[in-house]
Amino acid sequence: MVIKKKIVLHFPHRQIDQPIVYHLVKDYDLQFNILKASITPEEEGLMVLEVTGKKEQYDLGIKYLEECGIRIEPLSRDVTRNDEKCVQCGVCVPICPTGALSVDLETRQINFENSKCIACELCVKICPPRAMEVRF
Amino acid sequence: MRTIKDINAKIKRGEAVVVTVEEVIELVKAKGVRKVAQEVDVVTTGTFGPMCSSGAYFNIGHSKPRIKIGGGTCTLNEIPAYTGFAAVDIYLGATAIPDDDPRNKIYPGEFKYGGGHVIHDLVAGKSVKLEATAYGTDCYPRKKLSTHIHLKDLNEAVLFNIRNCYQNYNVAVNLSDKPIYTYMGMLKPHMGNANYCSAGQLSPLLKDPHYKTIGIGTKIFLGGGVGYVAWQGTQHNPMVTRKPNGIPQAPAGTIAVIGDLKQMKPDWLVGVSMLGYGVTLTVGIGVPIPVLNEEVLQYAAAKDDEIYAQVIDYSEAYPQVIPGSLTEVNYAQLKTGKISVKGKEIPTGNISSYPKAREIATTLKNWIAKGDFLLTEAVAPLPGVESGYTFKPLKESPSIS
Repeated sequence: MVIKKKIVLHFPHRQIDQPIVYHLVKDYDLQFNILKASITPEEEGLMVLEVTGKKEQYDLGIKYLEECGIRIEPLSRDVTRNDEKCVQCGVCVPICPTGALSVDLETRQINFENSKCIACELCVKICPPRAMEVRF
Repeated sequence: MRTIKDINAKIKRGEAVVVTVEEVIELVKAKGVRKVAQEVDVVTTGTFGPMCSSGAYFNIGHSKPRIKIGGGTCTLNEIPAYTGFAAVDIYLGATAIPDDDPRNKIYPGEFKYGGGHVIHDLVAGKSVKLEATAYGTDCYPRKKLSTHIHLKDLNEAVLFNIRNCYQNYNVAVNLSDKPIYTYMGMLKPHMGNANYCSAGQLSPLLKDPHYKTIGIGTKIFLGGGVGYVAWQGTQHNPMVTRKPNGIPQAPAGTIAVIGDLKQMKPDWLVGVSMLGYGVTLTVGIGVPIPVLNEEVLQYAAAKDDEIYAQVIDYSEAYPQVIPGSLTEVNYAQLKTGKISVKGKEIPTGNISSYPKAREIATTLKNWIAKGDFLLTEAVAPLPGVESGYTFKPLKESPSIS
């Protein structure tokens, strides 16, 4: 069974010179998309990956990453909507590259589907009431 | 057919038939204008969008010893307020920002907090820090004041917005090859998105295009409480081109509105930040339209597909004041989520909240139906198409002429 998951990798500074992504491809036959990478020398690094591959290979790959001392979280936790702040305008909708933010054509309410979000964060600063929040 | 007096008598008896714009549109489709005009007494409208020419004035009460803030300085949560009045009257504008805000020095500026946010915080019952300086006089000797204020403790706290509720608005696109940050939101290059800002068929002034019922003195839903139309708004421009149905095809009429801030609600006055542009206040307004005759109802029942707006380039045409529109689209098209401009399909985004506009129209309907809200006669009309009233550009005179 082939699966596709978006994950956030947090790794300590001692790990940032390791070719982990290379091992994911070579040893576990996983495809990946780097959605975001923020690596500062001497500090914690952060990488957001979309990983595709066979379920068993994926699990082994994750195990390998964990053994390297990397903390892994599912991406869906990263961008959240504060529903108390959202005014349901929809200025975010055409900015969202994946359709995670969309208008319900019946109610005109703005939907946010976490599963489609790649945490590009384009919506975060353009949201007038600043209802889109980033959490790591 | 009926007068506002008749309608108020029915409201008091609990017999008035009050419907929202969305409901009246369905009724007219089913029964026709004549029948519905006989049945319905009031149609309620609503809009909830950023309205920059908003603000509030306050009388903070006299300190001991007295201070004359007039001619001095005053900030609320570090946001400068205007002090050019008597001793303790101040006015806070929605777009005011702290003196030390980086603005667009780091482009695009974030504009995290400003006048609009202070108004929201006050209405939400939060404590706000007031700091004032003065030059000192014999009768007002104090030179400094630093205190925390609450809305409930102030003498007067009045929302007074000099331009709100635009009758129609532009659809903004970006023809250039780089993103731009405007009051219409972030616009992606090569017409990557098209942003509009109107509740369309729910928007108050679009439902009374010739200002036959909405005038000075009209009682309205304002910021979750009750307010009034004080005057025509600044930039009121009734003489723009109109469709045969009387509806303006470009930004036209505006209203200045006023109301006691103390009875308003934080949900309906929200401070917002436009990336790379500034801060403002999103204001909720709802206006009741008394069905005086069939003509008034016909206008009130106009649908999204009968209301047109102009697509304007905000990279060049808008900033350089170059007249002309790329094309014209209606609100039904805008609401599908994409429009076609110069053969390109463009995703649309609204800056004005349609669900909140609907909620306002429904709230106002319930107030009237319950007898809590009576309608008012306008004491004077807004300048209309025949008035000759126009919106002129600035006449710049670098030297005295």
